[in-house]
Amino acid sequence: MPVMVRIVFTPQLRRFTDTPELDTEAGTVREALEAAFALNPRLRGYVLDDQGHLRANVVIFIDGRRLRELETLSDALQPGSVVHVLQALSGG
Amino acid sequence: MSNTAWVATRKGLFELRYEADGWQIANISFLAEPVSMVMPAPTGQRMLAALSLGHFGTKVQGSDDGGATWTELATPTFPEQPAGAEGPAWKLQQIWSMERDSAGTIWAGTNPGGLFKSSDGALSWQLVESLWLRPERLEWMGGGSETPGIHSICLHPTNSAELLLGISCGGAWRTTDAGANWALRADGMSADFMPPERQMDQNIQDPHLIKRCEAAPDVLWAQHHCGIWRSGDNGASWQQIQAQPSSFGFAVAVHPQAPDTAWFAPAIKDEKRLPVDAALCVTRTRDGGKSFEALRTGLPQEHCYDLIYRHCLVVDETGQRLLMGSTTGKLWASDDGGDSWQTVSLYLPPIYALRFGA
Repeated sequence: MPVMVRIVFTPQLRRFTDTPELDTEAGTVREALEAAFALNPRLRGYVLDDQGHLRANVVIFIDGRRLRELETLSDALQPGSVVHVLQALSGG
Repeated sequence: MSNTAWVATRKGLFELRYEADGWQIANISFLAEPVSMVMPAPTGQRMLAALSLGHFGTKVQGSDDGGATWTELATPTFPEQPAGAEGPAWKLQQIWSMERDSAGTIWAGTNPGGLFKSSDGALSWQLVESLWLRPERLEWMGGGSETPGIHSICLHPTNSAELLLGISCGGAWRTTDAGANWALRADGMSADFMPPERQMDQNIQDPHLIKRCEAAPDVLWAQHHCGIWRSGDNGASWQQIQAQPSSFGFAVAVHPQAPDTAWFAPAIKDEKRLPVDAALCVTRTRDGGKSFEALRTGLPQEHCYDLIYRHCLVVDETGQRLLMGSTTGKLWASDDGGDSWQTVSLYLPPIYALRFGA
């Protein structure tokens, strides 16, 4: 069931492409991302790989909890959920 | 001679210009970003750079003003992977080679072994499925990385429909119909890293780089994992050649007019991967591999631990001007066919690829 959520992208991405910060109706993380990709189609390739899976070195938190479904991105959202798309720490 | 050159590094793309006192760094693009390959272009054509962003994947940038300004273009993307498909994931990891043929088609070789083509200046790309879907691809192996990679795209100077690819580790493949059909082209290469019954298998050879002679296109040179090979019949057969102080290395440069002249950057085979005796040299043959000279003038001869990767020894269209870059960010240049070398910089980031051209 779609609910109003907020999606926020790491400022590191702004070096490369526009990162809309938006409130949107979405029932899952994938739906929330699709709303952002509709505003900037180029953003998709920075967050997802060829198969539509979360990139290995990108991490998503939903209300402080790490995304569990890394391929389907089907984790459910709650009214008012905040989705943060961040760089995963890899190495130092 | 070429007065412009490009240095793709782990921390950006450096433009070099040849001034009165030699090569100078004239411009830097993508500072801090890894640039895996660059494809210069004649004036009026689009130049491309391939970025390997650590977190955010491979990207393609294009410049229509000789590298002064850049715009992000389409990234080659694999189609949906069928359920149960064997082999590496259908996910782009790196663009390792890029060439534009005389018909204007741009070809990009990648890890994990996909060849892509673009007919619209990188506004869109198509996976060359005629190669990707061949059953032999599932026998390819990683060489230097976990997945196979297409590092060599040898164009044919008079036939835009003909390409020869070098793959680590997938041998050499040729098309004569612009990619509709492919055939193995590595007969004579051998691989001592395989069990005896597979050592001559063309499909698992590890040519580190293959280069074609522009003026004599039937002549190809390969720096292979297990030594140096040369073909005089456009890859139909390959003959092994021995060089001193070592036949191991990654790079080869071929004189554009003289098919018997080629340069190599030897290292110890193959677990140690250092210059022999910690002294850097370039080996040159001018008689088709019957003999080699070790060229050392101007290159460090003690405590040198630099390795020269496959795209990091290049020669310009005259066959006189060379550039050589190392894994530890040192760059040397020669204006006399390798007889003597000058240091351009000792402080660049690790060098991934060198290209001459405006």
